Amino acid sequence: MSTSAIGLSIRGATKVYPGTLALDAVDFDVRLGSVNVLVGENGAGKSTLMKVIAGVEQLTSGEILMDGKPQHFASTGEAAAHGIGIIFQELNLFPNMTVAENIFIGRERTRGGIDIDAASQRAAARELMTRLEHAIEPDALVGELRIGEQQIVEIAKALSQDARILIMDEPTSALSAPEVEILFRVIADLRRRGVGIVYISHRLEELIRIGDWITVLRDGRITGSRAMDGVDVPWIVRNMIGAASKDYAKTEEHEFGAEIFSAEDICLPRQGGGMTVDHVSFALRAGEIVGIYGLMGAGRSELFECIMAQHPHATGEFRLDGRPLDEASVAGRIARGIALIPEDRKTQGTIQIMSIRENMSLACLRDFTRLFHLDLAAERARVRDLVRDLAIKVASPENPISSLSGGNQQKVVIGKALMTKPRVLLMDEPSRGIDVGAKAEVFRTMRRLAAEGLGILFVTSDLEEVMSLSDRILVMSNGRITGEFLGSEADEAAIVAASAVGHAPTPSREAHA
Amino acid sequence: MTPAAPSPATPMGGDAFLLLLLRLRTFIALIAVFAFFAMAAPNFLSAANMVILAKHVSLNAILAIGMTFVIITGGIDLSVGSIVGLCGMVAGWLVLYGIDLQIGYTVFFNTFEIILIVLLVGMVVGAINGFLITRLNVAPFIATLGTLYVARGLALLSSDGGTFANLRGNAEYGSNSFTAIGASGLLGVPWSIWTMVALTCAAAYLAARTPLGRHIYAVGGNERGAALSGVKVNRVKMFVYMFSGFCAAIVGLIISSQLVASHPATGETFELNAIAAAVLGGTSMSGGRGRIAGTIVGAFVIGILADGLVMMGVSSFWQTVIKGLVIIAAVVVDQAQQRLQASVALRQQAALGK
Repeated sequence: MSTSAIGLSIRGATKVYPGTLALDAVDFDVRLGSVNVLVGENGAGKSTLMKVIAGVEQLTSGEILMDGKPQHFASTGEAAAHGIGIIFQELNLFPNMTVAENIFIGRERTRGGIDIDAASQRAAARELMTRLEHAIEPDALVGELRIGEQQIVEIAKALSQDARILIMDEPTSALSAPEVEILFRVIADLRRRGVGIVYISHRLEELIRIGDWITVLRDGRITGSRAMDGVDVPWIVRNMIGAASKDYAKTEEHEFGAEIFSAEDICLPRQGGGMTVDHVSFALRAGEIVGIYGLMGAGRSELFECIMAQHPHATGEFRLDGRPLDEASVAGRIARGIALIPEDRKTQGTIQIMSIRENMSLACLRDFTRLFHLDLAAERARVRDLVRDLAIKVASPENPISSLSGGNQQKVVIGKALMTKPRVLLMDEPSRGIDVGAKAEVFRTMRRLAAEGLGILFVTSDLEEVMSLSDRILVMSNGRITGEFLGSEADEAAIVAASAVGHAPTPSREAHA
Repeated sequence: MTPAAPSPATPMGGDAFLLLLLRLRTFIALIAVFAFFAMAAPNFLSAANMVILAKHVSLNAILAIGMTFVIITGGIDLSVGSIVGLCGMVAGWLVLYGIDLQIGYTVFFNTFEIILIVLLVGMVVGAINGFLITRLNVAPFIATLGTLYVARGLALLSSDGGTFANLRGNAEYGSNSFTAIGASGLLGVPWSIWTMVALTCAAAYLAARTPLGRHIYAVGGNERGAALSGVKVNRVKMFVYMFSGFCAAIVGLIISSQLVASHPATGETFELNAIAAAVLGGTSMSGGRGRIAGTIVGAFVIGILADGLVMMGVSSFWQTVIKGLVIIAAVVVDQAQQRLQASVALRQQAALGK
């Protein structure tokens, strides 16, 4: 296997985004007839590298070689013409079209270039589904399928292109265990046919099982690349995280205050039965950092949304400072001292078109208002102070927030939350999409705020993060709290086990983001 | 973490100048058309002509102010033209017939009361738009298209398609001053122009210096983000549609008073001119961006083009073509400005070394 031909290689790949270096002189080979595994933490550059290969993004510098000749993919179409197929992490499907239409989108089978040959498409789709051992009807609307089934459609779409090189970016994130087995059989079959597969996943044991070659990325650099023989989980983790494990600014010693926030029997029904948040109760003390760990879809973000009055149907009671938190509006809850830093900066946390100043003050304009007149000078002064306190690197607070790097944007969002003078800070994936340096700063800020007496509740899918940052850890799975650990005595394996409660088979250790 | 970033740090004098030019483009266009007609059309610069011109512009400008707020929130209000028509008919009805209480009495109103009632009618139609959009989740385009037809139909029904003529009012009821709205003024300047000036100042103040104004921009920029920041999105939307209806009612009053008659077809396609003025002034149809001052300048560009071309004797068919081209050109230039602005901000950020 170690002699397999190289189908595509990348040399000296560098990709610069405004404010971040996503790829730094990366060399990467895709061997045909094998599974090339790519692994790294969130933001390590895996997806960027794949987007470059698939023609979605172009390199700032460096080159792509196919069969020894340099290639330039200006679009996905060009990459596809060279036999490169990709299954994206985010599903790229049209919910209002049928399965067959989705599979052949952009490459419709036609008679004479005009009339779509629906029958032939349907037959081909059915064949692909048989190969994937699924009974999804070609005429079913994609929007009516489960997420797992949609992922199967996405895989079928890539298979239908007969790609020589097939990139799979976290193909199993929404699949159940038996579906994963089927996918692995398909992968084995493709490998026999000489297809070069690039496989990206966070589930390390899965990688070791099916991979032939492994490449580890960290902060845009390759930190390890070898054949899979003899690779074990500790080796991967060591290369992913680095020898000097990230310094998450250890606890500033301080006493916790009284209980400031509590949730009592919170329930949020799910559409189509069941519970998204299932009888959740917990308490938070002043100065305490509580991390909520869980897999995607465990109901963590929804819990935060309940606290933020986004779900009027939710039942149960929140209490802040002993008084029930029953304000029906977001503004009311912000005024009571709850601040949310949402998961998705672009669509929830910021208003990209507005300036840094306007974003920061949006949640507390009342502080600068007399009667109805907005005191712009006071606003500017306040923003300037916070920009300095949080060490946000901005050229001018009047520039649009979209000109900042992810880490700096996140700091603006934190500044916006702090401006409302919160008692309790809710942070949903506070380190998503920001680089290591900014991450450390965000974590230090969290520590400092806790020491100043804020209660902090944060959600993360990063095991290391939750272990090193939390005074207490809550684990959620399927909407329920399935484990509670003190930060000092938390055990990795126990946390992971708790996060998988209620999921079909219980894998021993499964990190997932 | 500073890789080969695209040549930062150099001062951007050229860009800054170009950006300034682009920002002031509507204003520059205004000066250009003004200068052109001042030379090409005789009598264009006379004081009398200026007042007439401003009077023409003021109607569209008042509508465009309301429209600008709606568009900034990411919506659209197609019903303003019909509201103008309906409000004119309401005013005409009140002046001529009052309200019959069905018990043998008819209530007549004085001019001031008529104005209040008509403004209220405009705001109620706006509130219906807002209700459809915020509570029943109808897309703004469809909701206001619906009210466009309904309001126009009601206007036609009110007079069976006819005109309410001779709205001189009755001194006995205190409504004889109704004609003064359109006919008289202050310091030789008609009320319609004063109204435009007052509304412009109020709206510009609202946009720049009040929390409500900031919220309007926030809702248009990112509705979900605004909601999570505690902005009461529905209230903001309700306000902008009601304000737009209010502006339309003002125009309805002015027109019926100026003509001393109200006709149910008044105001047809006014909504398109209002949208054109807003877009010409740099308001983004995707929401979040736009300025009242820009809108006013846009309304003047359109108005001067129309009046000037008439004075030069250019066919009105050609005027329509020219108006369309100007709008398209404005949006194309706007795109260029956005791109340049973004790249300048990015370079400033890159110059910080990160």
